[in-house]
Amino acid sequence: MEKIQNQKAWFLVLPALAVLFIFSAVIPLMTVVNYSVQDIFGQDYANAFFVGTEWFRDTIRDPELQAAFGRQLAFSVITLLIQIPLGVAIALAMPTRGIMVSVALVLVSLPLLIPWNVVGTGWLLFTRPDIGLLGVALNELGLDYNIQRNPVDAWLTVLVMDVWHWTSLTVLLAYAGLRAIPGAYYQAARVDGASRWAIFRYVELPRMRGVLLIAILLRFMDSFKLYAEPFVLTGGGPGTTTTFLSQYLATIGVGQFDLGRAAAFSLVYFLFILALSWLFYTVITRMDRE
Amino acid sequence: MRIRTSHIGLAAYLIFLILPLYWMINLSLQPNHEILGSFSLYPERYTFQNYITLVTDASWYGSYLNSITYVLLNMAISLTVALPAAYAFSRFSFLGDKHLFFWLLTNRMAPPAVFLLPFFQLYQNIGLYDTHLAVALAHALFNVPLAIWILEGFMRGIPKEIDETAYIDGYSFSRFFVTIFIPLIRGGIGVTAFFVFVFSWVELLLARTLTATNARPFSVTMTQTISATGIDWGLLAAAGVVTMIPGAVVIWFVRNNLARGLSLGRV
Repeated sequence: MEKIQNQKAWFLVLPALAVLFIFSAVIPLMTVVNYSVQDIFGQDYANAFFVGTEWFRDTIRDPELQAAFGRQLAFSVITLLIQIPLGVAIALAMPTRGIMVSVALVLVSLPLLIPWNVVGTGWLLFTRPDIGLLGVALNELGLDYNIQRNPVDAWLTVLVMDVWHWTSLTVLLAYAGLRAIPGAYYQAARVDGASRWAIFRYVELPRMRGVLLIAILLRFMDSFKLYAEPFVLTGGGPGTTTTFLSQYLATIGVGQFDLGRAAAFSLVYFLFILALSWLFYTVITRMDRE
Repeated sequence: MRIRTSHIGLAAYLIFLILPLYWMINLSLQPNHEILGSFSLYPERYTFQNYITLVTDASWYGSYLNSITYVLLNMAISLTVALPAAYAFSRFSFLGDKHLFFWLLTNRMAPPAVFLLPFFQLYQNIGLYDTHLAVALAHALFNVPLAIWILEGFMRGIPKEIDETAYIDGYSFSRFFVTIFIPLIRGGIGVTAFFVFVFSWVELLLARTLTATNARPFSVTMTQTISATGIDWGLLAAAGVVTMIPGAVVIWFVRNNLARGLSLGRV
């Protein structure tokens, strides 16, 4: 649609900007920038002094933070490698006609509507070796499964929990992409005698490219913000095996009130997300133009 | 034959989704000594005692109401400011519009943990700490951009000729917007409201940090139950179950627009 040039449109955007500017985004973010270049003792803001990039250098060299970043990246990549193909496969298996469509859609979206901490609680109840269905079952099978003690168990459980929680997003987006493919494409493929795999490879997958890109970017970014689910399920443990970036940041920020370090870390974290957002935006605007 | 394997796959996936939820419901219907005493796949002597505790104990139902309050407040704020903004982005080109639209997205993508400390200090300084309004405003961080993006997606689908005809007929902008345009996209507003509700409802970190006692969210009451010694598992499970109610009640109405909302109006 051709848009009209009109500077007065700014007035329509203004209320939204005012809320975000004052309460949610700009002023709080500038506070972070401010803290990131100063050294503040206790809560004595008057005697803070400028330290330049010291906190940033500290942050980048902090081995604990590097470890958390590595864990986070590994987690995000692995969870995407599982969720995207699985989500597409489930979307392909979804019913296409009748009441079952609605039933399947509602069932699939259930995990997305549950508070994130309750996702953690649900999995805690599900995996405890004394009262959880999965925990008891695995132990009955002779496995020594215990997420409180065993780091590998904890890590895998957090991963499976994330797959449980978020694969539905890919399913719903891929399903919407599939439904948008005109029936004529399938008829043409059938006339050509295309195999099921060929239909998927040359008809369905190219037409799903857009929605899948959105799914990948959204999931990658949101998995980078992961907090409440592992916090409730494992508390970041055992040790720090399931402590991801947000939890680490919350610990040094609000937990230890280490302002400079938390602020510098916040900005590095935020810039990383910003770069990804830019990628997302570029993809979106290119799709809108097509 | 192929159809059958895909059906089995789908069924297996749905069972995987439902099992943890079933287990939570199962535990919620048992008293704590029975949960710990004997392992059973279904509640043998079921009791609603856990749910009765939730609706009679003020710290439980009070915090449930707190959550509902700030979520509704956030919904009101987000929709009010997002509607005109989304209209501007869908209809007009103006100085800096693309940068602004991108900047909105960065807020939706930002990790709430980054804003934790400044939010905490800001709301304490302006006397909003531990109020419903503080959480509602903090959640605007991701919900206002979300609402603008989704609404813009819906508004683009409305032909511009409708606006033009209305202006020729002598409608003022505000009258056109309220009496013609908003009714036209009420479906889109419903979907947006649903997603704004859900994303505020599911958030824990900001809600927990910005509240103490007066506006304490339900999720915090739950996490505190965990840390206490001698956890009442049945009660915790029941609390988890009741948090699923708001989403489950309205999901049926938006089932065909879920992808649209989740992809920020881009599908």
